[in-house]
Amino acid sequence: MRQTKTIAFLLVGSCICLGVISSTARSQGKPNPKLVKRGQYLVNAIGCGDCHTPMKMGSKGPEPDMSRMLSGHPQNVSLTTPPASGGPWIGAFNETGTAFAGPWGISYTRNLTPDKETGLGDWTEQNFIETIRTGKRMGKGRELLPPMPYESFRNMTDEDLKSIFAYLRTIPVVKNKVSEPIPPAGQPGSSK
Amino acid sequence: MSTAILFPLLLFGTLIGDPRSNRTPPANLSATGLYSDITTKTIASTNLMFSPQYPLWTDGAKKKRWIYLPAKKSIDAKRVDDWVFPVGTKVWKEFSFGKRIETRYLEKTGKKVWTYATYAWNENDTDAVLVDETGSPNHVEIAPGVRHNLPGVIDCKACHEGQGRDVVLGFNALQLSPDRDPNAPHAEQFTSEMVNLKNLVDQKLLIHLPKRFVNDPPVVAANSPRERTVLGYLSANCGGCHNSTDPLSTLGMYLKRSVDITPEAAKLELETVIGHKSKYQIPELEVDRSYRILPGDPSRSTMIFRMATRNPYRQMPPLGSKIVDQEAVDLITKWIQEDLSNGNGEKQLTHH
Repeated sequence: MRQTKTIAFLLVGSCICLGVISSTARSQGKPNPKLVKRGQYLVNAIGCGDCHTPMKMGSKGPEPDMSRMLSGHPQNVSLTTPPASGGPWIGAFNETGTAFAGPWGISYTRNLTPDKETGLGDWTEQNFIETIRTGKRMGKGRELLPPMPYESFRNMTDEDLKSIFAYLRTIPVVKNKVSEPIPPAGQPGSSK
Repeated sequence: MSTAILFPLLLFGTLIGDPRSNRTPPANLSATGLYSDITTKTIASTNLMFSPQYPLWTDGAKKKRWIYLPAKKSIDAKRVDDWVFPVGTKVWKEFSFGKRIETRYLEKTGKKVWTYATYAWNENDTDAVLVDETGSPNHVEIAPGVRHNLPGVIDCKACHEGQGRDVVLGFNALQLSPDRDPNAPHAEQFTSEMVNLKNLVDQKLLIHLPKRFVNDPPVVAANSPRERTVLGYLSANCGGCHNSTDPLSTLGMYLKRSVDITPEAAKLELETVIGHKSKYQIPELEVDRSYRILPGDPSRSTMIFRMATRNPYRQMPPLGSKIVDQEAVDLITKWIQEDLSNGNGEKQLTHH
């Protein structure tokens, strides 16, 4: 009888411990599955990967390279000077679809994977939401550049943006250090 | 992909107003209560002039500042570094480049609600008009080929808003200390018409400030007069974002100097900058060779690199400035070269 009581005590204790661990894991940032699912839906529906996932050439033309999903402009792709714009043409993009040239200079899509060194790994949900809401990096830094359509995305609800961020925490880490943008000719730091 | 690209391209360069901004401020500066007579530029007697000892750079603009506190209301200094202002507080900051260009305005309209506005002075200098909340980019030429932006509401919030604190910057225990740093770059002369920490306490406009800060006015703790100036400058110009409590605390770079901190804690905060590897890489250097500050070696110190460029995508601060603050760059360069080490660079770090 005494042995049965001891086993029951240990079982209850273990369950409590597991409950605490589980609860702690969630409070420390374990993503909410519902948010993650909705975030995945939104990321696919609004086309984040159109610019943030590098393209590769497939049998039917360019297709997303899912081994580098949402990891931004590949660090090992070196680019020549973009073609000069003129007439009705104001911009160009490269073969991976991750570098864009226009009146703003050259912009490169960022690494959205949770890599701490090169991606969004050390960002908070608040940093992410403020970036989209303000069009400034982390809400306080330099302005986001075309073609990032934050003017549209900023109209999403907090819940939507939280969902997207939750999903981005779960995607595979890709270490990829994206280049800094280059200002247009005539400005400090420009390529010409 | 094309639909995702083309529309934003057309909008490039345009700041869109924040749909969540607060109530509309008056259409003219003259209606905000700053002046009793705007024709003579007579400031209303209810408004107090002040001058932070470490001013923000802002491309060398000459500035004047005033604060209004509602009758019988006080600022609560229980949190020594984050004062709480009474509802109804108004703050003005006038910017001149040879002539008055703009006056920025903050008003606390609710317990946690602030209204932001920028007013552009007219050609005749008779009044200033409310600027659209998207701001007025490239408003006026302030140097050959350099045009000054009037900030939009989002720009104002980028610097002023933090985490659960009031939004006034430049009006705090360190900035208003009567023990002013004589070497602070770009500081205005303190005059008798200005308020400081002691005046505010004496007039009971500031309450709950521990007496020790009145008897022994706050000074930036430092190993030399030059270091005092450097840390004070960085606190005012960079610490608004780079601190341990606001959203960018995730970067782990703490430049805001608290007046209520132990020497040990202050040392730990400095170590987030001095001798700390930089995630941001100086382009001319090999990967992993950049430090936020490398003692003895400004050429490998990201802080100097980013302060000394006006590449719009690399510069620090990222907004509010189009001209390098060369005096500050020189000051901090010397501090890195001469105060932080004897030229030992990276080797020094093991002993830091």
